[in-house]
Amino acid sequence: MFLTQNLLEALESLTSNKLRSGLTMLGIVIGVGAVIAMLSVGQGATATISGSISSIGTNLIFIIGSTNEEITIRRPLTLEDAEAIGDPLNAPSILETSVMYSLSRIKVSASGETVTMAVTAVTPTYDEIRNLEMAEGEFISETQMNGRASVAVLGVTTAENLFGTSEGLIGETVRLQGQPFRIIGIQASKGGSGFSDADDVLYVPYSTAVSRLAQRSGEAPNRVDMIVASAVSASAVPDASEEIRQILRTRHHTDIGKDDFTLMTQEDFLSLTSQIMGVLTIFLGGIAAISLLVGGIGIMNIMLVSVTERTREIGLRKALGARRRDILIQFLTESATLSVFGGLIGIALGAGLAFLVGQIATATGNAFTPVVGIDSVLLATLFSAAVGLFFGIYPASRAAGLEPVEALRYE
Amino acid sequence: MADWVIELKDIRKVYRMGEVDVNALDGLTLRVQRGDIMAIMGPSGSGKSTLMNIIGCLDRPTAGSYRLDGKTVSELQDDALAEIRNRKVGFVFQSFNLLGRSTATANVELPLRYAGVNKGRRERAQEVLRLVGLEERMEHRPMELSGGQQQRVAIARALVNKPAIILADEPTGNLDSRSGAEILDLLLKLNSDRGVTLIIVTHDSNVAARAHRTIKLKDGCIEEDYVSDAKPA
Ligand SMILES: Nc1ncnc2c1ncn2[C@@H]1O[C@H](COP(=O)(O)OP(=O)(O)O)[C@@H](O)[C@H]1O
Ligand SMILES: [Mg+2]
Repeated sequence: MFLTQNLLEALESLTSNKLRSGLTMLGIVIGVGAVIAMLSVGQGATATISGSISSIGTNLIFIIGSTNEEITIRRPLTLEDAEAIGDPLNAPSILETSVMYSLSRIKVSASGETVTMAVTAVTPTYDEIRNLEMAEGEFISETQMNGRASVAVLGVTTAENLFGTSEGLIGETVRLQGQPFRIIGIQASKGGSGFSDADDVLYVPYSTAVSRLAQRSGEAPNRVDMIVASAVSASAVPDASEEIRQILRTRHHTDIGKDDFTLMTQEDFLSLTSQIMGVLTIFLGGIAAISLLVGGIGIMNIMLVSVTERTREIGLRKALGARRRDILIQFLTESATLSVFGGLIGIALGAGLAFLVGQIATATGNAFTPVVGIDSVLLATLFSAAVGLFFGIYPASRAAGLEPVEALRYE
Repeated sequence: MADWVIELKDIRKVYRMGEVDVNALDGLTLRVQRGDIMAIMGPSGSGKSTLMNIIGCLDRPTAGSYRLDGKTVSELQDDALAEIRNRKVGFVFQSFNLLGRSTATANVELPLRYAGVNKGRRERAQEVLRLVGLEERMEHRPMELSGGQQQRVAIARALVNKPAIILADEPTGNLDSRSGAEILDLLLKLNSDRGVTLIIVTHDSNVAARAHRTIKLKDGCIEEDYVSDAKPA
């Protein structure tokens, strides 16, 4: 018998009870839909994150306090640490260093508007190391750093929040915790990338922040949150990392194996991202497996009901000459058709959902393209067909094994 | 020389009902000539349907041998029996047993599909439907047909693979007397036109009266077996 004939008959049988077929498919639809949506959002997010990580520069090393909770004796990273690392005599593989110190919940006001935001205190080399471009004006200078000048550099979003524009603001004043700061530069827009708005920033000189805005009392003087070091080249990163470790171990008097700092390179970020995405993929795979299992059991259940309901029909078909495998194929075709259709609808639904998420993300300023990969589509289709076949086997073989006489007598 | 299309010898069929055995057929021996019209009568529970099922290869006898159309079939496996049913036997049931979702043509095509016929199936089905007088109703579904018309579709279906025998288990039982008579006429006409052997289970002595041969069953045995002179074989 022809496959197409079987398929037509399966469709005929399934459409004769549309509501039931629809509800039976729902399990597969939702399962496949959720998986496709999550996979494509995940793939899109990975691409975006990897993209923004790649843009931070291949030769940078970020130094933060140790992330190992077992390290109990910790000395904070300080401005002096950064200067020591930046000294070419100590660390020949390092070009420059800069620091970053974050002051959270600072009240920033101008022209009647007030926002509460994190202010970033940095040293003058920060713009070079992080590749910051200025739309207008200049970044913080060495002189301003040394003179503890009250100057600020604003991101585009911050400027617009405060002034309603990001142009012509050089020389204007913003107040941080009520103290006036002169705007000396507007950072060029970095565009929406990542999950926090890279344009909603405000930089002040580190020295000024420490003396005028310091909010964490009782902290070591000149404490910083992060030191950023640039190696002389991308290939010098391993050497540079080793030099940094040596310097900090000496300066912090750490015991062997008890470093109170952590180094992160671009490669570390990338491998961390792929690790997280790997865990996420396994997690999604688990959800997919469970929902397909549930959907499959739903199909099996309905197929068993259908076999019972159609006992007479099966008996009749056998009386007319159907062999075991004819009946087997008939019911397997039905269950596979159910699940493949469910899978296809699920793929469409998932792609639609992912598209929607992309639209929302773009609308909220995080440009982001969900990727519905051909591989995930193929996988979903194959998987749902396999589910239909697998969960159809038992009902179908029950149908095929019916005794014709008994089946015909069935009321 | 006699041409036996059915040769049953010492057929027993035992159903186990819990502790007791029910001898639905109890050592029954029967031969039927090709082209004959035979009626099977007898009280309810006498084994008529059981006999029909064994003749039609829907069921296997517990003991005894059965030759159908010259071939011993009592020992065959399921799939071989399916093929015999498909090619040698046409069933007509009391309750029509049509597929409700399918059109008359599709119903008649079914035995051809199981026979593996892929070309010209539709044409052959329609040809048989014309033969039973349903040229106007070929694309109708069973719901849209009268009982008599549905039974005609069933007869067309039984006929489409050119079987050696047609087995009709109370074919007029669900019909009013007029369409019942028409169905009987049709079956008899197929016998005379095409020489197909016809076996009819019936409670109706009027039906039996038109058969060439009548057997009466009682408790799984043949109680009476007579040939009417009025009808030629
Ligand atoms: N599947 C079965 N299981 C048990 N007993 C059966 C079965 N089929 C038929 N019988 C018994 O076999 C006997 C003959 O049944 P059947 O051939 O259906 O009689 P008839 O068709 O003449 O009314 C009855 O006693 C019936 O109860
Ligand atoms: Mg009966």
